Amino acid sequence: MELTIWTYEGPPHVGAMRIATAMKGVHYVLHAPQGDTYADLLFTMIERRDHRPPVTYTTFQAQDLGGDTAELLKTAVREAHERFKPDVMLVGASCTAELIQDNPGGLAESLGLPIPVVPLELPAYQRKENWGASETFYQLVRALAAPHAPPPAEPRPERPAGQAPSCNLLGPTALGFRHRDDTAEIRRLLEAVGVEVRVVAPLGATAHDLARLGEADFNVVLYPEVAHAAASWLKRTFKQPMVTTVPIGVGATRDFLREVAVVAGLEADSLVERMHTQLPWYSRSVDSNYLTGKRVFIFGDATHAVAAARVARDEMGFEVVGLGAYNREFAREVRAAAKEYGVEPLITDDYLEVEEAIREAAPELILGTQMERHIAKRLGIFCQVISAPVHVQDFPARYSPLMGPEGANVLFDSWVHPLMMGLEEHLLGMFQEDFEFGNDTLPSHLRAEVPNDPATANGGSPAGSAPVIPAAEPGASADSAVPASALAAEPDGDIDPEWNAEAEKELGKIPFFVRGKARRNTERFAREQGVVEISVDTLYEAKAHFGGR
Amino acid sequence: MTPSTPSTPTIPGCTNPPADTRDGAGPGAANGTGTANGELPVLKERGQREVFCGLTGIIWLHRKMQDAFFLIIGSRTCAHLMQSAAGVMIFAEPRFGTAIIEEKDLAGMADANEELDRVVTRLLERRPEIRTLFLVGSCPSEVIKLDLARAAQRLDAEAGGEVRVLSYSGSGIETTFTQGEDTCLTSMVPHMPPHAGADHSASRPGGTNGSAAARQAEPGTAAAPPTSLLVVGTIADVVEDQFQRIFGELGVGPVHFFPPRRSAELPPIGPGTRMLMAQPWVNDTMAALTQRGCERIDAPFPFGVEGTTEWLVAAAAEWGIGRERVMEVTAAARERGRKAVARHRATLEDRSIFFFPDSQIEIPLARFLGRELGMRLLEVGTPFLHRGHMARELALLPGTPRLSEGQDVDRQLDRCRADQPDLVVCGLGLANPLEAEGLSTKWAIELVFTPIHGYEQAGDLAELFARPLVRRELLEV
Repeated sequence: MELTIWTYEGPPHVGAMRIATAMKGVHYVLHAPQGDTYADLLFTMIERRDHRPPVTYTTFQAQDLGGDTAELLKTAVREAHERFKPDVMLVGASCTAELIQDNPGGLAESLGLPIPVVPLELPAYQRKENWGASETFYQLVRALAAPHAPPPAEPRPERPAGQAPSCNLLGPTALGFRHRDDTAEIRRLLEAVGVEVRVVAPLGATAHDLARLGEADFNVVLYPEVAHAAASWLKRTFKQPMVTTVPIGVGATRDFLREVAVVAGLEADSLVERMHTQLPWYSRSVDSNYLTGKRVFIFGDATHAVAAARVARDEMGFEVVGLGAYNREFAREVRAAAKEYGVEPLITDDYLEVEEAIREAAPELILGTQMERHIAKRLGIFCQVISAPVHVQDFPARYSPLMGPEGANVLFDSWVHPLMMGLEEHLLGMFQEDFEFGNDTLPSHLRAEVPNDPATANGGSPAGSAPVIPAAEPGASADSAVPASALAAEPDGDIDPEWNAEAEKELGKIPFFVRGKARRNTERFAREQGVVEISVDTLYEAKAHFGGR
Repeated sequence: MTPSTPSTPTIPGCTNPPADTRDGAGPGAANGTGTANGELPVLKERGQREVFCGLTGIIWLHRKMQDAFFLIIGSRTCAHLMQSAAGVMIFAEPRFGTAIIEEKDLAGMADANEELDRVVTRLLERRPEIRTLFLVGSCPSEVIKLDLARAAQRLDAEAGGEVRVLSYSGSGIETTFTQGEDTCLTSMVPHMPPHAGADHSASRPGGTNGSAAARQAEPGTAAAPPTSLLVVGTIADVVEDQFQRIFGELGVGPVHFFPPRRSAELPPIGPGTRMLMAQPWVNDTMAALTQRGCERIDAPFPFGVEGTTEWLVAAAAEWGIGRERVMEVTAAARERGRKAVARHRATLEDRSIFFFPDSQIEIPLARFLGRELGMRLLEVGTPFLHRGHMARELALLPGTPRLSEGQDVDRQLDRCRADQPDLVVCGLGLANPLEAEGLSTKWAIELVFTPIHGYEQAGDLAELFARPLVRRELLEV
């Protein structure tokens, strides 16, 4: 058993629902107890879909368990087919139904429906949402495209002269983080360089679309978490090359175009030259100087986290102080990236572990998921969401992709927005005692959502929100502010240096967003030096020692 | 019903049938005008049920009892439900979590009890302020027959009195949405202390199963004189305070609320304890309390001015306080409530409404909307119908609405589309799709999460139903 307060991914059948809901003419019969229908509202409320997900649940109850739950499933399949007349049906079990071992796929196949029935085996006690989405998409693609596969030994025919190169965009799903806009952006980008987009799948695709996936010249894997398995099968079966660069950020989008150029037989440089985005100039503009070296902690699904790290360091001039992902299936990619940025990769789906790592890294900005927004709020750090899990806020009305040229603009705007503006930061540094700056002053362009510092506000925060600046109040709250590992790592870690009143006051003059780091660094320095009482001098000696603010 | 003669002030603006819906009138007085008797036919359905499971109750229970922690023993689905469906991610530090069962637990490679011990120990270390820990059963834990009751007993003994460990089931195979509160409260009943002077051995197993009214109808039935009032079912703290003030003024008391705000402070009970249901879903809890000698006061539910008055009148009668006195004490509050409700009458009067089943609160709300706002009731669905506890409400329901129990969601949607109601009360999974079809909807879950009981909230309750219609009028896009 694993104690979970929050979970980054849902169960695998929710992944399957994301595929079914994204497509047209697909119906999913889910053998599941009453209550599992909650998943519908992920789509109708979080994503604001105007249709119910195409899912029929058997909703068995305790009284059915002794009886014939198998018959319940067969009835559900039969009635769903009659009522919804889908072109293809998915049949599977949720976690509870998996335990009663009714074999839903087999039962459904035994009904002899006149449509393809794709049985799904999604082990709910081992796997999670992304895997479930990937497996479902792969099984659907296989079931529908395999009948059109060429003989294995046959080479792929050349594209006829004069025919534009063509591709499929694979991976966007229902409930995906910005999938709607990413797909539109990349379609626009590809069409602008003369590549025809044949099928986008699963988002908006029909069974017929999946059947003709093999016709395009190559596949673009927009979201490897969902589409890598299916695209790999297509590559083996139809010998379609796959483009795997995820075009998030300027550099990655350029690389993406180069990769497209190779498989499409186009001239790469002209493609890259034609791409226009504001980010490079905005980032070089002198007002952006203040972005230099901003400490950023990045956590999300592997694809978004790795892509964000590249943009953060190479295109914004930030310092990546933490990088991690919750989906172990792509841990290798994250480890490789973390090595490049010189940080320890954090591969975990334990929310508490992520919180601890962020506390320790004391970043100025978190690029994370809705869960990190949570952590950020508690720690008084700013956060922008770059990855699922999603919230209704992650489905903005306006066009806001993360991918392609416009995506780069969106990243610049949304990441820079929460940071202190350059001149404002200087003024704050110069005149810390101006009452309007105070200890809790936020950038003036942000609303006054004050991340209380318990050092100055006397802990009167409402229950449940307990905003704590890292290390500001050792041992005062249930989730102790001093990370145990930080203490354990220090020599003489058992002696806690004390702050004298003057030093404590001086610390209060340091802007709140770096105060936690200053406090911890000073204490670490004091411990290393065997200083028992921290004075103003210790504070500035520590500052000089660590070379930071 | 109390034999006293009611005063019968008329609800301002109430001109439509039921024309003589009178606040303060006994239900018998209102029966003449289209009010159905308690024998409306019930359409029982068995098909796909688009409802929450009982785990969802944790969302309000963990806020109500601030020293309690709810540990679900379940799957990733349970954890996902709690955070996504409940929309609670925004609030930090929840007092609930999930011990997710993994492959190794199922394969027998890990000892379930050892695993549970490990998880509970970690949890209690992290949250030393916890006084009650609920082990909450889920569908998977029920299906693999994990004995949580025994585990709770063992952990409770190990905790040495510091923390009380209880267990109940919130599984979807056994409970629907609000029934999770019922099973939770039921698990607490054995731990409620006997009230002072109550000889525990004197509690009558099975209780009298009857109300004061029943006893008065049969003189000679022995009944302990009322010693305290227990209001059963979670209501908002602010509403508790309002009721407490009214009871105080009436001289009814002492009054305890169950669940209490602190789980470690369970109210005392025993023979002489009279119970008022504040929520319609606490059916098993009432049975367990009856076993402890408490007696249920038969009353409608305190929604709207009329429901609140009848609820108070029924309680007061147990203390020998007449209707006139209740009317006197509540006069100002009733007047405020009536005014507040009347403000929404123009929007809601003669509009039709269709309830999908959700929380068991549907019938009392339909009664309120029908009688105090003049809405036309088309279908009133409920996940579960307790005829006994709902008798007073059913008797008050105006018109001849279609009553349905259970669900076959596709068939119910067919009926709803055929009815074309002005307002649909439904779950979050159905609301937006129905809006997209042109119907106005009210999220049922809001009715469980919002203070809607009593006089001061009667207007808010009406407003919840008026808002979707007002909004539809307002928008020009």
